Amino acid sequence: MDVVFNQVFAGLSFASILLIIALGLAIIYGTMGVINLAHGEFVMLGAYATWALQTYAGLGVVTALPLVFLAVAAAGWIIEKVIVQRLYARPLDTILATWGIGIIIQQAVRLGIGPDSRFVQGPQWLTGNLQIGNLVMSNYRLFVIAFAIFILGATWLLMTRTEFGMKLRAVIQNRNISECYGIKAEKVYSVTFAYGAGLAGIAGALITPLFSTIPTMGTGLVVDAFLVVIVGGLGSLMGTAAAAMLIGEVTALFSIVMNDTLGRIAVLAGIILLIRFRPRGLFPSDTRR
Amino acid sequence: MKRRDFLGRVGAAGTMGLTGALSVPALLSGSRHAYAAGDDIPIGVLFSLTGAVAVVEHTLHDAALMAIAEINADGGVHGKQLRPIVEDPASDPATYADRARRLMIRDKCVSVFGSYTSSSRQAVLPIAEQRNNLYWYPTLYEGRECSRNIMYGGALANQQQDILIPWLIENFGKKFYMIGNNYVYPKEENNYCRILLNELGGEVVHEEYVPMGHSDFSSVINRIRAEQPDVIFSTLVGDSDVAFSRQYHAAELNPDKMPIVSLTRSEVEVKAIGGEAAAGHFSSAPYFMGHESPENERFVENYRSRYGGDQVTHFVSEAAYFQIYQFKAALEKLDPDNITPIGIRDAAMGMTMKAPQGEILIDDNLHTHLWPKVAQWQADGQAKVILQSEERVTPKPYAAYPGQECTGEGLVKA
Repeated sequence: MDVVFNQVFAGLSFASILLIIALGLAIIYGTMGVINLAHGEFVMLGAYATWALQTYAGLGVVTALPLVFLAVAAAGWIIEKVIVQRLYARPLDTILATWGIGIIIQQAVRLGIGPDSRFVQGPQWLTGNLQIGNLVMSNYRLFVIAFAIFILGATWLLMTRTEFGMKLRAVIQNRNISECYGIKAEKVYSVTFAYGAGLAGIAGALITPLFSTIPTMGTGLVVDAFLVVIVGGLGSLMGTAAAAMLIGEVTALFSIVMNDTLGRIAVLAGIILLIRFRPRGLFPSDTRR
Repeated sequence: MKRRDFLGRVGAAGTMGLTGALSVPALLSGSRHAYAAGDDIPIGVLFSLTGAVAVVEHTLHDAALMAIAEINADGGVHGKQLRPIVEDPASDPATYADRARRLMIRDKCVSVFGSYTSSSRQAVLPIAEQRNNLYWYPTLYEGRECSRNIMYGGALANQQQDILIPWLIENFGKKFYMIGNNYVYPKEENNYCRILLNELGGEVVHEEYVPMGHSDFSSVINRIRAEQPDVIFSTLVGDSDVAFSRQYHAAELNPDKMPIVSLTRSEVEVKAIGGEAAAGHFSSAPYFMGHESPENERFVENYRSRYGGDQVTHFVSEAAYFQIYQFKAALEKLDPDNITPIGIRDAAMGMTMKAPQGEILIDDNLHTHLWPKVAQWQADGQAKVILQSEERVTPKPYAAYPGQECTGEGLVKA
């Protein structure tokens, strides 16, 4: 029984990381219909930004978070302005363009910083475990879960309680009519893209103490994040959250019942079945495209 | 064609005819080209500088080029300089094969040095055999191979585990938990480990493989916590090893009671893991940067002054380095006018050399006799050697497969 509880926590921990990555992806796709294949590289940039801030400025992972968010958001903003914005009318080309951007960023980091794995020290005040009976929870992972919930809440507030959020939702529902009402869709797009990138950056910063910081680190994660977005239903915030939980827990469960390799196969098979019967995901949003 | 060359070839063909060894392929390969006919000796350097394995292979590339530079600065071989021809196979096995072919045919290299992964070595193997050239492979690997055209410089299962496993059972206990990435090396190593454990009365409480690049180990750690093994026997590589160790440390599992014992972790991985998280765990390999010998001191010092004070040497880069010296020593034994890859191979067999790890010997089966060591990682990121084999250990690529043996004549099945 202990194993089950511990495994539920492991699933939750994995889900929280997935959620932060997938949120950015879901917002960018939901708003602009852009499938951002460079998203994994934003995660990687976030991790490297954390490494740079720690190595050269002596900042801890948690202190660095706002700066990492701003830095990666700025990178996302520039990429949106320079490349993605010119391709809104050609959604298929954005896939190719973002894929290319991803490769460029990855290789630039490899050439500029080097291909070997970088070390980032985790926060000292979050070492150790919280132990309840036989349930052992790493403090750092608890922090990541709390932070993911915070980000989900903040994003929800941003979307529903601010003027920007209203404009954003208007643009999602109908870009042309929104523009007639004086909303600058291009500006909304730029900010959204930057926000999504920033979230990816935060995810990258948060995983550095647990994972290995290398130029290719984002590639594997972004595949999982795409799965979350597909299962959750495109453009739905709550759907994304629910799907992240579901995939995290199911992965954890399968990996303890079978093993990580078979668990992964089972999860992918499950997702194929799911989209066969619910092609628009668990919680499709009712927007007109 | 010079007259002397012509006569030489006619003579060679004549001899082959007399001994009855004349066959069409032999005649063709015999007359194709002369090796090292110019003022220098071309050698291929085939390590990935881009792509997934570039992290490790660039250090092998650096070590090999350093050895070449040292030899050249020392006057070369037979008064000729070694001319490294560098190709980047970009971590892709098919590209390894293609570049190896280019180095062996177009550039007429007398030897090619390369590869970290088994898959890339296996891609080059048919080329090396077909061209009857020589491929020097510095990495530890899983064995079960017996090519006459590959020089294996790394440790085999028996060289990594024979001293390690009894020592672990004695010091920690009999319950082993095996974790590795899902490919051939971990499976073969675990296979050999099971044989040793059976003999010694040990047991495997769990054996599992995760996909390459797998980075979330919470489930594995939960299972370890539930099973309470005595030893975590790890054949995880690269990023997976880094992620696993960091998460193992974050979960506060105690290395004194449940150490991770790795066959693949070197100074490179520990640099990324961080000394604090790696401290207390073990690795088994023939070489560690902290090994004390005059040869190693020189090696580390030269390496650092050449590539930077924060660089590390490790058990594969050491082999990438000493293999160039083995190659040089073999060349010196040959007639400078008649250098061939096969001549180099035959000269290298049975040769001894002082490497940073100790005095090594090339077996007739082209694998290397090495000095196994077990080391414990320290908080400063260095390994402290705590157990060293008392004798040089013979390489047995088929140790887990009774009835098969790799000898100077190739694979012999009983």
